[in-house]
Amino acid sequence: MQLMEGEKEQILSCVDEVLSNSTKEKEDLIPILQKVQAKLGYLPVLAMEKIAEGTDVPAADVYGLATFYNQFRLNPPGDHEVKVCLGTACYMVGGDITLESFERRMEIKEGETTSDRRYSLERVACVGCCTMAPVVVVDDEVEGKVTPTRVDGIMLELEGKSDKSDAKDSSNGSKNTGNKDDSDKEEGERI
Amino acid sequence: MSELVKITIDDREIEARAGEKLLWTALENDIYIPHLCAIKDEKRPNASCRLCFVEIEGVDHPVTACTRKVEEGMVVKTRSPHLDRLVKTGFELLLSDHDLKCAKCAANKSCALQTIAKERGLKLRQKRFKLIERDYKIDDSPAEFAYNRSRCVLCGQCVWADREEAKVGAIGFTQRGVNRAVTTFEDIPLADSICTECHLCVDACPVGALYYKSDLK
Ligand code: SF4
Ligand code: SF4
Ligand code: FES
Ligand code: FES
Repeated sequence: MQLMEGEKEQILSCVDEVLSNSTKEKEDLIPILQKVQAKLGYLPVLAMEKIAEGTDVPAADVYGLATFYNQFRLNPPGDHEVKVCLGTACYMVGGDITLESFERRMEIKEGETTSDRRYSLERVACVGCCTMAPVVVVDDEVEGKVTPTRVDGIMLELEGKSDKSDAKDSSNGSKNTGNKDDSDKEEGERI
Repeated sequence: MSELVKITIDDREIEARAGEKLLWTALENDIYIPHLCAIKDEKRPNASCRLCFVEIEGVDHPVTACTRKVEEGMVVKTRSPHLDRLVKTGFELLLSDHDLKCAKCAANKSCALQTIAKERGLKLRQKRFKLIERDYKIDDSPAEFAYNRSRCVLCGQCVWADREEAKVGAIGFTQRGVNRAVTTFEDIPLADSICTECHLCVDACPVGALYYKSDLK
């Protein structure tokens, strides 16, 4: 994920501050990651590197922790956050197909953010309204019975909405990013 | 030095050092117990492969030999229908997401999985569990060796070598569940990481996951 202007300085000062208020011991690693994420919204690579340096823990282990716990995210939240429920009820009625539809539309994989940071896509496990399965949470609004056709509708609505922050220019549509090997994803048809 | 005691393994009386982990005592005495994750110098073993189960008289459940310390008078069994079943299940679970292509594997004929199969009369294939096909991209960025994640059994031998012998910290366990893997920071190719290519991890790998390119014919 490409850093935005000024983001690097922001990350460095955030990590500095969190580290200076911690014991810098290995045991403190999870709280450190939590605090940094609370401030930055996610755990940028640079932050993980600096935390590793500061705590004298191999960066590979910081990465191991960050990828082990669901609460940590490696990509920034998008202007519009979409969370697809894959709890039992939603999964049974095709939540995975709903997720795939979003992945295709956004051209990213679950857990990633488009490079213009307009959309981020996550999976969640039961949001508590199973009767409406398959459920999707779009910017904190719960949507029920989200079929692939409805996914198109949701995306259209989101495309119409302006960015939450006008600071960014989203001229070059959504291109995929993320740190996984997803570049060869085919342009498959919508179901 | 620790005191010498007498224990019995599979009806054989053995002189052993008290406090040593049972697995190593057995292996030293040519009694084979399947194992992948045990590391002799590790104080608190991971005991993650679940293959080294034994029965001890007076203990009402099977225990892992890599964690159990030798005690005077211990009576140990390495085989029983229950134990064999446990080991078979553990072994089959390992194979269920393993890219089983021995003929095309650098570890063919020197592989710990093949040894376990041979020693325990197990088949190197399984049908009980749903196959999880893994076809991760092979990382062949280092000059002399490569890493095929689809053959990794998550034993942790390479991570130990990287940390305790090479003292580098280039690789570690990441992700969880079926995605659990040994990777570099950010999952980048080894050659782009802080890896020094000392290849101690390759020497430590008991299967064909980390291998020398020259061993691949
Ligand atoms: S690692 Fe062992 S079991 Fe797996 S393919 Fe290679 S030789 Fe066969
Ligand atoms: S790469 Fe080899 S040594 Fe490392 S965890 Fe996998 S199987 Fe074990
Ligand atoms: S399983 Fe999706 S809301 Fe309960
Ligand atoms: S060797 Fe004992 S659990 Fe792996």
